[in-house]
Amino acid sequence: MVQLRLPPHSRVQKGKTYPSPSQGPRMKLFHVYRYDPESQENPRMDTYELNLDECGSMVLDALLKIKDEVDTTLTFRRSCREGVCGSCAMNINGTNTLACIKHIDECQDDIKITPLPHLYVVKDLVPDLSFAYSQYDSVQPWLQAADNPPPDKERLQSEEERAKLDGLWECVLCFCCTTSCPSYWWNGDRYLGPATLLQSYRWIADSRDEATGERLDALEDPFKLYRCHTIMNCTNTCPKGLNPAKAIGEIKKKMVERVV
Amino acid sequence: MKFESLLRQVLGLGSSKTGLSHWIHQRISAIALIPLGVWFVGMFIVLLPASFEEARIWFSSPWTVALAVFFILALFYHGYLGMQVIWEDYIPHELTKWTLIIVTQLVSLFMSLLAIVSLLKVFLS
Repeated sequence: MVQLRLPPHSRVQKGKTYPSPSQGPRMKLFHVYRYDPESQENPRMDTYELNLDECGSMVLDALLKIKDEVDTTLTFRRSCREGVCGSCAMNINGTNTLACIKHIDECQDDIKITPLPHLYVVKDLVPDLSFAYSQYDSVQPWLQAADNPPPDKERLQSEEERAKLDGLWECVLCFCCTTSCPSYWWNGDRYLGPATLLQSYRWIADSRDEATGERLDALEDPFKLYRCHTIMNCTNTCPKGLNPAKAIGEIKKKMVERVV
Repeated sequence: MKFESLLRQVLGLGSSKTGLSHWIHQRISAIALIPLGVWFVGMFIVLLPASFEEARIWFSSPWTVALAVFFILALFYHGYLGMQVIWEDYIPHELTKWTLIIVTQLVSLFMSLLAIVSLLKVFLS
């Protein structure tokens, strides 16, 4: 049966509190998930008090300030700090999003930061995305066409054909959607998840790709595709404002189209 | 210990090339159940205070019996398809999962047959 409680070694305990050395009118508490696999200790929630007048406006700025000035052992991924690399995906106040484009001011009370849910945690806010990347790999996310145009010639696409890729190409593979999906939590070993399915549809919808049939064949499975029950968490949580649920719906429509 | 690559684990046994008919049948039976459900509940409310004899007269019409049989088939079929998905979602233990799926299938089949035979008994009496 489904486990309703976390295993004993994963249960989160109360951690340390770090008060801010400076005080001001805009103080904020950040509760951050901490886990060190080498310590043999349970995960804990550490609390950091920050003076927002001395900190940038985004949640990532707060994490960087903590790492630079308060606790250098805090571990998280980050790179572009402008929502295009997808590295700093984490759960902030119960919603998966990118820390670099999440305003601190959007959060009314304290800010609670945990890693993306239902993944193995490597350390602190760094989840293990290896399996999700392999799932992405499995849908062969590259252009497949039998004919090879001469190297001095591009593959033409009309404006209408190109427009079909809007809302798909913008995905930065942060896996906020995939890890917000209950179906992925329960059957992530077989269900491909919204991010991978959106990426798969990105190639199905591409007029230059010639492997649509093979792509649909590979997805037609009760678990790989049809575990999506249109729960819509993916669309609600996508930090880029994309609609993976619609993309999955479009794949299901294509499946029907080829039998009717 | 497992040395299987992650990609091998993801690809598993490959696509089963099924799932589409299950998805379509679930939706068609759901659509059928909207009008049939309204009709059945309405009939149930009307017949609640009626005597058995009045109900028997009502079920002497082939149209009523055909609609009721249609409702029963759609209801149990849709119920079975939905329960199958629930077992697949929440029961990771393979033997338990398959036992539950088969038991649900047999119980749905038996209950629908029981309901249809009961209706026909009233219809033919």
